[in-house]
Amino acid sequence: MTFQTAIFWAFAAILVAAALCVIMSRNPVHSALWLVLCFFTSAGVWLLLHAEFLAIVLVLVYVGAVMVLFLFVVMMLDVNFDRLRERWRSYIPVGWTVGILVLVEMGLVLIGGYLAPASAPAPAAAPASFSNTRSLGLQLYTDYAYPLEIAAVLLLVAIIAAIALTHRERRESKYQNPSGQVRVRPGDRLRILKMPAEKREP
Amino acid sequence: MFLSQPTLPYYLVLGAILFAISVIGIFLNRRNVIMMLMAIELMLLAVNLNFVAFAHYLDDTAGQIFVFFILTVAAAESAIGLAILVLLFRNVGTIDVEELGRLKG
Repeated sequence: MTFQTAIFWAFAAILVAAALCVIMSRNPVHSALWLVLCFFTSAGVWLLLHAEFLAIVLVLVYVGAVMVLFLFVVMMLDVNFDRLRERWRSYIPVGWTVGILVLVEMGLVLIGGYLAPASAPAPAAAPASFSNTRSLGLQLYTDYAYPLEIAAVLLLVAIIAAIALTHRERRESKYQNPSGQVRVRPGDRLRILKMPAEKREP
Repeated sequence: MFLSQPTLPYYLVLGAILFAISVIGIFLNRRNVIMMLMAIELMLLAVNLNFVAFAHYLDDTAGQIFVFFILTVAAAESAIGLAILVLLFRNVGTIDVEELGRLKG
């Protein structure tokens, strides 16, 4: 057994165990932390598949940003989680039945791979100077430039949507209205009254 | 099976197992919005693993490029989903999915 095979089985076992702990955990903070372990382990699996850039991006973006966001929200909201798990026991039979059915169906589709291993042989090892990042970048900015721009617009829309949804006006803050200040005319500030001059009694 | 070099079906079955676990997670946690969002992240992880495995074994980087875009969309979707969750909690006080059914027309 080569080192890579051993690593694959170890990471696969950790990944499946951590995924089970995510869905079964009573405390959502624990679930989020098990999910972080899932992402780290699958970054390791992707390194086995020679996808170095994506493995690092998974750790930086998914764990570093998305899971931190999850943990912020989970710890910020004061939720009574016991009430949400009241009927948990009754969902177990249906959930596991459907899950195992889904798994068996997908396995039946994939079982052809075991019968014909020559259909997808392992690719030849790339030379040592081959950079996965470089080849991804070359393709991304030439063939896939248009989807890249659309993805950037999508992220912008997500920022605007998230801020617009949760922004709260601070009622007690006072602020200037610059456009109103610029539009002021002299007649709004000064009113000239014509009055006859008063004569003092001698 | 345990001693030979892992080939493509090994990775695909691993992705299938993760996907099935996340489907079970959605069934089990159907009242808790946070847990459902986490199960969706697991589902996306399973699909990403599938794409990366195919990109490696069919020697085509298009699979990895698609994972790029899936990561982008997943990050945007979880940000907006969590914003909606925070709003739900502000307005209703709980994150029970059944409370989402209360429409005030």
